[in-house]
Amino acid sequence: MATPLTLKELSKKEILLTSGHRMCSGCGAPIIVKMVLLASDYPIVAANATGCLEVSTCISDYTAWKIPWIHNAFENAAATLSGVETMYRSLKKQGKIDKEIKFIAFGGDGGTYDIGLQSLSGAMERGHDMLYVCYDNGAYMNTGIQRSSATPYGADTTTCPAGSVIHGKPQPRKNLTKIMAAHDIPYVAQASPSNWSDLVKKVKKALEIKGPKFMNILSPCNRGWRSRTDDAIMLSRLAVETCYWPLYEIENGVTKVTFKPKEKKPLVDFLKPQGRFKHLFAPENENMLKNFQEMVDKEWGVLLKASGTE
Amino acid sequence: MAQKSGRIVAVTGNEAVAEALRQINPDVSAAYPITPATDIMQRFTGFVSDGKVKTEMILVESEHSAMSGCIGAAAAGGRVMTATSSQGLALMWEELFIASGTRLPIVMALVNRALSAPLNIHGDHSDGMGARDCGWIQLWSENAQEAYDNTIQAFRIAEHMDIRLPIMVCLDGFIISHSIERIEYIDDDAVSKLVGEYKQLNPLLDLEHPVSYGPLILPDYYMEYRKAHAEVMSKVPGIVLDVAKDFEKISGRKYGLFEEYRLDDAEIGLVILNSAAGTSKDVIDSFREKGIKAGLLKPRLFRPFPYDEIGNALKHLKAICVLDRADAFGGSYGPLFIDIAASLYPHKNGPVLINKIYGLGGRDYMPSHAELVLNELVEIVKTGKVKMIKEYIAVRE
Repeated sequence: MATPLTLKELSKKEILLTSGHRMCSGCGAPIIVKMVLLASDYPIVAANATGCLEVSTCISDYTAWKIPWIHNAFENAAATLSGVETMYRSLKKQGKIDKEIKFIAFGGDGGTYDIGLQSLSGAMERGHDMLYVCYDNGAYMNTGIQRSSATPYGADTTTCPAGSVIHGKPQPRKNLTKIMAAHDIPYVAQASPSNWSDLVKKVKKALEIKGPKFMNILSPCNRGWRSRTDDAIMLSRLAVETCYWPLYEIENGVTKVTFKPKEKKPLVDFLKPQGRFKHLFAPENENMLKNFQEMVDKEWGVLLKASGTE
Repeated sequence: MAQKSGRIVAVTGNEAVAEALRQINPDVSAAYPITPATDIMQRFTGFVSDGKVKTEMILVESEHSAMSGCIGAAAAGGRVMTATSSQGLALMWEELFIASGTRLPIVMALVNRALSAPLNIHGDHSDGMGARDCGWIQLWSENAQEAYDNTIQAFRIAEHMDIRLPIMVCLDGFIISHSIERIEYIDDDAVSKLVGEYKQLNPLLDLEHPVSYGPLILPDYYMEYRKAHAEVMSKVPGIVLDVAKDFEKISGRKYGLFEEYRLDDAEIGLVILNSAAGTSKDVIDSFREKGIKAGLLKPRLFRPFPYDEIGNALKHLKAICVLDRADAFGGSYGPLFIDIAASLYPHKNGPVLINKIYGLGGRDYMPSHAELVLNELVEIVKTGKVKMIKEYIAVRE
């Protein structure tokens, strides 16, 4: 029977990513992984792209994963899991396996938006029965906070440092969730660990759907965001409430905003607690803050229109 | 010699490899088209569409994903194969090491082709030589028959419980892949029996015993893993010979680690891989008719390289030319020459060695080239003088 969606019931389930892993304290990624795995009522086989999550959870001879888990390389979690899922179908057809297994890939934004985009696109187009979860912390955090195509506009990173001439990342982020939706796969969603119930519901829904699914989940990183260690959930909530990170899903082409803040907060509420945006608050960068707010407003407007909830 | 009810057919090298793969009937294959290997997977997907095999195909968007998919599928716990050439193998480079380091018995047909730039789709050995140190086993094939026979044996070798390593079966692009030859096929039943049921080892899909594949291993243990890999490699020649014995029982065809042709009493000799060995053997025969003691050695198991065995087989010669269909830029000599020189290093007063680079990018290797080289060896034996150790042949100056 499916686990009812209450914290009381979820808390009775076994945590499948054990404590003792070596992620930084205050990292969003293990919280997300635990939520995703708790959401499943099926056995899971997971693939992991190279990145923080991977290097910190399986250092030989230890593993934090209580489920079958495979890491291959940086850019190919989707292609690797394609292979695993295809072998599962082959062996199931031959009567060598009878259990119902679900397949989930985890990748950071570097391994998903950038180097792994081709592999992900291919796997989605081929229609493998898998859920790809991107934990998006907005930079190459594992190698030391280098900019990725998921890095937000204006953010200070080690490869687009805020200097006297260039003030952080000049380009806006890539809208990967939209790119995945353009694959016309049955389910695409955006989620945040602040809204755990929304996140768990989306994973549950995704796992019930046959075929390729994609979820983009905001993952605060206090090292890269230059924020306090215990601010991960607060920041991810502000990201949602400012509509920097809208919560929505696209199921069979139908867009639905799953959380609409009663009062949309100004973007600066999300930016202010983060050192990576500190320079944007200098008087000479006022127009950058304005640009950034306009980008967020525009995207939110497009989303509301698409979901018919203007 | 035991023998056998084979079907005799006229097919191309690619067709023969595809037929072997049909007979072996793997669980999963992930592949991407590239000339001249495309034809293997094209024919194989025909078998899939007609229900002649149980294989599930993953028709990926690149060779990198082809090998990534093969790795995922092999780790999941089943028999996996693919095919590629040249740039495709180059794009897989990162994954080749991961396949072998993870000890996954993937079988890959490598239809040898030149590497860019300049772009060239024709046969040479640059691709396979570039992958010689990636921890895979390599079997090289002179003709379509050997490509077919090696493909069948490859599964047994790779999947052996003492080995569990990926393996490439190399055949020359176009010269073999696209030329029609007489081939003797083995019956389906005999092939299935020889190859046997796939035996799983720590399959990822075993929910009762969850395993983690692909850990991070730091300086405390990394070196032990690499040493273990090297030790497994050292067991390969013995297994290759065991499998060859079983293969001979169903085919009547005998295979070793390398082929010796008129080598026992030879004074001069050629060492050469793949299709050009066939041309060279004809010329060796004509030199023998003239009373010149010429012979040939054709490596089959190139990785791991059987240094001791090859050194012993060549040590009695007076002069040898190693012919390379690839150059090792900056390494002074061709890749095959370097290994042959190493195999003769322990033998004092061993043969004089010279190196010719031939046939790059599909340039024809003619009997006249073998004649020139053999005549040069005759001269070296007579005068004791070497003009030039390494030289490109049949090339414009």
